[in-house]
Amino acid sequence: MNIKNMIEKLELDEVTNLSNDIEFENVYIGDLLSVVMSNAKENSIWITIQTHLNIVAVADLIDIAGIIIVEDMEVDKDTIEKANELEIPILTTDKSAYEIACGIYKLEN
Amino acid sequence: MKKIKCYNYKIDKNDFVNAGKVSSEIKKNLKKIGFTNRIIRRIAVISYEGEMNIIIHSEGGEIDFEIYEDKIILKINDKGPGIDDVNLAMTEGYSTAPSEIRELGFGAGMGLPNINNCSDNFNITSSKNGTKIESTICLE
Ligand SMILES: Nc1ncnc2c1ncn2[C@@H]1O[C@H](COP(=O)(O)OP(=O)(O)OP(=O)(O)O)[C@@H](O)[C@H]1O
Ligand SMILES: [Mg+2]
Repeated sequence: MNIKNMIEKLELDEVTNLSNDIEFENVYIGDLLSVVMSNAKENSIWITIQTHLNIVAVADLIDIAGIIIVEDMEVDKDTIEKANELEIPILTTDKSAYEIACGIYKLEN
Repeated sequence: MKKIKCYNYKIDKNDFVNAGKVSSEIKKNLKKIGFTNRIIRRIAVISYEGEMNIIIHSEGGEIDFEIYEDKIILKINDKGPGIDDVNLAMTEGYSTAPSEIRELGFGAGMGLPNINNCSDNFNITSSKNGTKIESTICLE
């Protein structure tokens, strides 16, 4: 599935300024960085409520395709800057992780 | 076995702004050399968990990253205060991270177990003068 397509269908807000023309293969939900590090597969969409700069470092290290920050969390400016630099899309929504995961599932099936 | 390359990276305590930089450098170097994604991922996890533990739990330290023909060794060393009970610290879910650190997503108590799981050989020693971790990844 394509990130650009998902943004449109799920009405996600873009906080990064990237083309988003990226294919992802998996979805992972998690807020504990060590757990995400050891379990999220590469090319995943990572759904989280974390907003700190460290999420970009983690995403970069394990080749996450893009991050969706849920529950209307405000994203730190540093986080957005770093994500633009490393070309990792960050998308936001007021929906919950569950709603977004169901939304992606429906798009795929 | 011949050492092909080695790198040294210093890490400051509480440096959350640069957190992950060392691991990202290590990953870049491995990619350039052409290691497989599987090997790169394991090393990225080891170095990131090691780097974050130095930043969060120690007085500062360094990572030595050595590439040999048949293996990669990461030496993750800090200046203290050390770990009282290493066995307890190695237990999945054990963490002393304070709440403000947990709010950032750290403190699952999975860092040391992750390092262990990603290593072919893992050794940790600790005293009040510092914690020393040596992690080896075999290349064959
Ligand atoms: N370098 C270190 N110096 C002193 N204490 C440490 C060091 N590394 C780990 N510890 C102690 O061991 C505990 C377990 O470490 P571990 O990395 O497994 O989990 P964590 O850092 O608390 O959480 P996580 O890594 O999942 O974010 C820590 O909470 C801390 O008490
Ligand atoms: Mg840790």
